[in-house]
Amino acid sequence: MPMNVVVIQFSGSTCDRDLVNAMRNVMEWDVDFLWHEKAMKNLEKYDAIFLPGGFTYGDHLRAGIIAAFTPVMGKVKERAKEGVPVLGICNGFQILVESELLPGALIGNETLRFSCKWTNLRVETERSAATNIAKKGDVWKVPIAHGEGRYFLDKKGLKDLNENDQIVWRYTTETGELTKEANPNGSIENIAGICNLEGNVVGLMPHPERAAESTLSPWETEDGKFYFQSIEKFLRRS
Amino acid sequence: MAQETIQQDEINLTAEEKAAVFKVLQRDLTLPEAAMLEVMNSEHCSYKSSRPILPLLPTEGPRVICGPGEDAGVVDIGDGLALVFKLESHNHPSALDPYNGAATGVGGIIRDILCMGARPIGLLDSFRFGKLSDPHTKWLLKHVTKGVGGYGNCVGIANAGGEIEFDPSFQINCLINVGCFGIMRKDELALSTATTPGDRLILLGGSTGRDGIGGASFASKDITEESESDRGAVQIGDPYMKKLIIEATLEAIKSGVVEGLKDLGAAGVTCSISETADAGGTGTEIDLEKIRIREDDMEPWEILVSESQERMFFVVKPENVSKIGAIFAKYELPYEDLGVVTDSGKCVVNHKGKPIVDLPAHLLTKPPAANRTAEYPDYLDKLDRKWLPKEPETKELNDICRKIMASDNIISREWVYRQYDTEVGLYSTIKSGQGDGGVFRLTEFGSKKGIAATFDGNSHHCYLDPYNGGAGVLMEACSNVAAVGAEPIAFTDCLNFGNPEHPKVFWTFEKVVEGIADAAKALDIPCVGGNVSFYNHDQVNNVAVKPSPVIFAAGLIDDVSKAMNNKFKAPKQHIILIGETRTEIGGSEYTRVIHQTENGQVPKVDFTTAKNTLADMVSIINSELVTASHDLSKGGLFVTLTEMAMASNLGYNIDIHRMPADTERVDIRLFSETHGRFLVTVINENLGKVVAQFAQHQIPATLIGTVTEDKKLLISNGNDTNIIELPLEEIKQKWKFRMEEEMEGKIQK
Repeated sequence: MPMNVVVIQFSGSTCDRDLVNAMRNVMEWDVDFLWHEKAMKNLEKYDAIFLPGGFTYGDHLRAGIIAAFTPVMGKVKERAKEGVPVLGICNGFQILVESELLPGALIGNETLRFSCKWTNLRVETERSAATNIAKKGDVWKVPIAHGEGRYFLDKKGLKDLNENDQIVWRYTTETGELTKEANPNGSIENIAGICNLEGNVVGLMPHPERAAESTLSPWETEDGKFYFQSIEKFLRRS
Repeated sequence: MAQETIQQDEINLTAEEKAAVFKVLQRDLTLPEAAMLEVMNSEHCSYKSSRPILPLLPTEGPRVICGPGEDAGVVDIGDGLALVFKLESHNHPSALDPYNGAATGVGGIIRDILCMGARPIGLLDSFRFGKLSDPHTKWLLKHVTKGVGGYGNCVGIANAGGEIEFDPSFQINCLINVGCFGIMRKDELALSTATTPGDRLILLGGSTGRDGIGGASFASKDITEESESDRGAVQIGDPYMKKLIIEATLEAIKSGVVEGLKDLGAAGVTCSISETADAGGTGTEIDLEKIRIREDDMEPWEILVSESQERMFFVVKPENVSKIGAIFAKYELPYEDLGVVTDSGKCVVNHKGKPIVDLPAHLLTKPPAANRTAEYPDYLDKLDRKWLPKEPETKELNDICRKIMASDNIISREWVYRQYDTEVGLYSTIKSGQGDGGVFRLTEFGSKKGIAATFDGNSHHCYLDPYNGGAGVLMEACSNVAAVGAEPIAFTDCLNFGNPEHPKVFWTFEKVVEGIADAAKALDIPCVGGNVSFYNHDQVNNVAVKPSPVIFAAGLIDDVSKAMNNKFKAPKQHIILIGETRTEIGGSEYTRVIHQTENGQVPKVDFTTAKNTLADMVSIINSELVTASHDLSKGGLFVTLTEMAMASNLGYNIDIHRMPADTERVDIRLFSETHGRFLVTVINENLGKVVAQFAQHQIPATLIGTVTEDKKLLISNGNDTNIIELPLEEIKQKWKFRMEEEMEGKIQK
């Protein structure tokens, strides 16, 4: 079954080409790369929709909020309801949260500084579209690069998120321990990425597209591939 | 012309500059004309002081496509590709408004790369401040870093590296230099010319406001107590709009409709309309009302010299104006058709149907050079070149090492580079902190090759000995590139000095340029561009900054997968020292930190072995004979060894008695900063091959010790065992976190 995948380019996306390059060159996927206004017209034909990282609309007002109000996001919401995988990375995650496709908020890092570094992500659930080939407890090396990536949610919401198995990744040590030091931005419960109830909408702050080739990794790892391979499996299955 | 004119004595030009204008013009100037001439005659735009000296630098080579004179240097890197790179200062704006000054520095240098037609892919930065512990330094460092990061991250260009130096001479006049490099297909080179009369002149991007009015003129003055009132001369950047401009410009070039391209930096519209006309042997004529202005009451002269950011200037065939307009519209970018290319050789600006400017283009672009005088500065006579400290006792050595590893100029810069996106673009294979230079792969452009990029500067050496200091900075920059396995192919420089009207300052400028030029000839590497920043002179305390050339060296590696980092790989591997160590501790970390003096002999580049040393380094790395590589610079052998250990969490055991040196003194062997030296690690079977490679050129490659599993730093001197014995973890904690402690007041991991 051929996969129809689209990466939506917003005004101010900066990791859009990286995501497309990783999909084409590393995963050998056929992928359409469309400006948001163009994507608007054809969204029905895609089996998976990606929102890349960057600084859409210059992060003015709040990261992701202006992009959340672009017409294409209305269509994305419809497709998400139909069960199509919708995947947001970094600013894409911020857009998903601002569009209320995912709960919670991404606020300024605890240090109040932008932070770019390699982190260790522990897989918390195997049921999401982006982790279904992983084993719960696996630790992936994936870099972050953000100023507003501190995940926050109220107590009730957090309880639901845990009970409904919606936490997809947490920041941990290399060996999978949950420590304060391993948390790069002060996210509540070290949360790095989450999914919706159904598991088809997934957002995370770290960048799997930057971690899919050993030449780019200080440890010569390729853990970002697990993210894409999971999506591939999810699509082949559905 | 029906315009108010300005009296000759009110024009802010020197007598020679006025004479040059009125010899050609023989009439009074209008106010906008005077403003345009003033800004184009400023030091920043005209290079009037440096122009007579800069031709000393070699600028030719088989790879050079564009040398000095264009917005950035362009070199051929094979595979149909060209590398475009440049660095520039934003010193004065950053001293007054560190966030915006630094941010727009980044914005400006990106435009320089873009306007050659290249996609900008990497950024570098170089900062010079007063002592790190000083509160003013912390304020500057915090906001400069935020500015560089805030702009670079948002525009989506990865940081490839940089350097920082702390010295009291930069207390008021910090030096902020930023560099950018980009890649393009050779056939997509865009030049800043308007060659064909009838072509249209299009201004793309942001509106024109009062920000940055006279910015170039203000950068050509010393900083005084009144400089605060110049804050309006600092531009404000908008990286979001820049990102759109980059994509729109590259799309326009790809579509083949761009005849000429120029960025709007210093002197704004004035510079664009005059430089494109003069370069193309044509003229330009624009209507002032077409320029979108931000404030209603702007005077014509203000509009013409405004340095508002995020604007680009295109020359386009009349039939292609709608095509390029459609591309700009996709990105929701505003643009205006300002006017037309003429054959008059003049720049004409019309306002309300009448010309208010009518000047020959060359009057604006080729103002006369200034004849500066140079005079030997007597401070040099007060220095004792032969000075040596009392040799420390063995029991003092551990503490000396601790102090050096925790000193301002040696500690990790992680607090800074963590705030920059080093990954975006999927280019960086050797990242900040992992090697002597950043290495970027070119997979996206269909090439296996890699680009190595590095910045280097050493104001301490240049202050004590401008000639040898200047030569040393180029050698050091090229050594950084060679240490990762890349052949140094070209460089650009940014020359930061005090007031050139002071003959003693100008002397140091001349000597630094001579030193760089001689080293460039010895290394056979061309200079493809540069920038000069004078007037870094603090009038409050009446001190000039130390002479601070910063060099951006670019290297090319044929197979990027072979690029080498500085991390020890495994215990028991051999540690080899390349080169010979001389008694050269003048301006060194050791001399300044431990002995608090500026005396001593500055390292001299050995012009006879320099080129071979670098070529041999490149050769052994590309033949995959070594497992780690690092060049020796600030702090000498001890710091280099320790950096390699810290990167790997492995220790070392070294015998410094084995190293070839002109002295038996332990402190000099450990801390001398002699150029042309490297450390490499090898497995046993490659030891002989590495030694043989260097032996062909009579360069010593000496086995001095081994990598150890034990996390200890052990140094012996022949029979004196363990004269240094330090736990790696203790040294690393202090080195890694001191800047964060200083900046944040506590450790945050």
